[in-house]
Amino acid sequence: MTDSPMIPAGPSAAGVPGYPMPRAAGCPFDPPPRLRELQAEAPITRVQWWDGSTPWVVTGYADQRALLADPRISADSIHPSHPHRAAGMREAHQKHGRPFIRMDDPEHARLRRTVTAPFTVRRVEALRPAIQAIVDGLIDDMLAGPKLADLVEAFALAVPSLVICELLGVPYADHGFFQENSKLFIRRDADPQQGAEADQRLLGYLDHLIGDKLASPGDDLMSEVAARVKAGELSREEAARIGQLLLLAGHDTTANMIALGTLALLQHPDQLAILRETDDPAVIARAVEELLRYLSIVHIGHPRAALEDIEIGGQIIRAGDGMLLPAEIANRDPAVFPYPDRLDIGRDARRHVAFAFGPHQCLGQNLARVELQVVYGTLYKRIPTLRLATSLDQIPFKHDALVYGVHELPVTW
Amino acid sequence: MKVTVDTDKCIAAGQCVLSAPEVFDQREEDGLVVLLNPSPSADVAVDVKQAATLCPALAITVED
Repeated sequence: MTDSPMIPAGPSAAGVPGYPMPRAAGCPFDPPPRLRELQAEAPITRVQWWDGSTPWVVTGYADQRALLADPRISADSIHPSHPHRAAGMREAHQKHGRPFIRMDDPEHARLRRTVTAPFTVRRVEALRPAIQAIVDGLIDDMLAGPKLADLVEAFALAVPSLVICELLGVPYADHGFFQENSKLFIRRDADPQQGAEADQRLLGYLDHLIGDKLASPGDDLMSEVAARVKAGELSREEAARIGQLLLLAGHDTTANMIALGTLALLQHPDQLAILRETDDPAVIARAVEELLRYLSIVHIGHPRAALEDIEIGGQIIRAGDGMLLPAEIANRDPAVFPYPDRLDIGRDARRHVAFAFGPHQCLGQNLARVELQVVYGTLYKRIPTLRLATSLDQIPFKHDALVYGVHELPVTW
Repeated sequence: MKVTVDTDKCIAAGQCVLSAPEVFDQREEDGLVVLLNPSPSADVAVDVKQAATLCPALAITVED
């Protein structure tokens, strides 16, 4: 998931607006203003993508939900019109294979169902005490050190990394290796070569781990995956790739929700105070849904292509057209969420599409929910004086990254 | 109220269990939906309707 330079926003020669569009200066939590105009004036419209193609951008909540659940829509990344984020990705997916999230049913369903069991509501709920212990341990470390830390490094990246270790069944002795390499892998925008090497080391490690779990299975996800290899349901390569997908999908996303969510709450002290003072799990769960809606960190748009002509919202999307469905604007649709730009942790935001919708909706969503409930329900209570160690305009935002967030978040207390 | 589920469509997202745990559960082996009560009482109607609305696979049908 490397990022390539994007074309500048603004109308192109043909009058088709460039995409992605910039967020407004000083409004890092809000979607690009031009996307909001499109939602009001032309909710299904063509834009110009970095490679010169003109996929549709769909900005309305109802239209996005309808399309994401429509079997005439393909998520297959080797489809010729699939809007890739960088050059060479279609070829790479063709040549080296692709994760199941970039396939269509029935192949997608076959592979997805091999790893759904560990992500049921009951199974992730059973991880809550382990997640609480991880979060408490990291906060202990922060409090024992100097009263100045980068929350991204010290906490936000570490929580999901250690949770994934727990989930996959990575032995404690390997946590350091795992954390270090997954960090390099996630942060491949900083140094693509280092990221690619870390990627290979992790894939090799996961293959090795599958070997270990075949020999001595435990009560963890990679043992279950290994059992499916043994039963002939998955190839060993498919199994390692599934481990890699779960690592990537659950790491960067959760880390950005933790850091960006904390920044948003620090900018809304009245909302932060509610979280700091409550012990009610329902209040915390509601806050998590609202932060998922408000931040919509998987931004710029879910890439899809139409397999048949589809009439929607007064437009006809033709078979073979590409499209992008950005959650950050659907989740600010005033027809669904009144005063959509207001962060209101008391509202019922469960209908958000932050985890997408349709057959590809996030596999790890309930694990993410528990992680964020533990984090938001613990961090501000344990460090009640937590505050920014710099000003908002000094914070570097990940504007062009696949997952939106902050590169670093200097905090003190 | 009459509830039906389609396990062929189900993607094991668990949204129904979060919405109405008295009515929906997930199979241990693959997380697919288990309908605990096809005729739930009126006091959980709002929760069951929310489950149907939130189901990403459109696998839940509710008839009044």
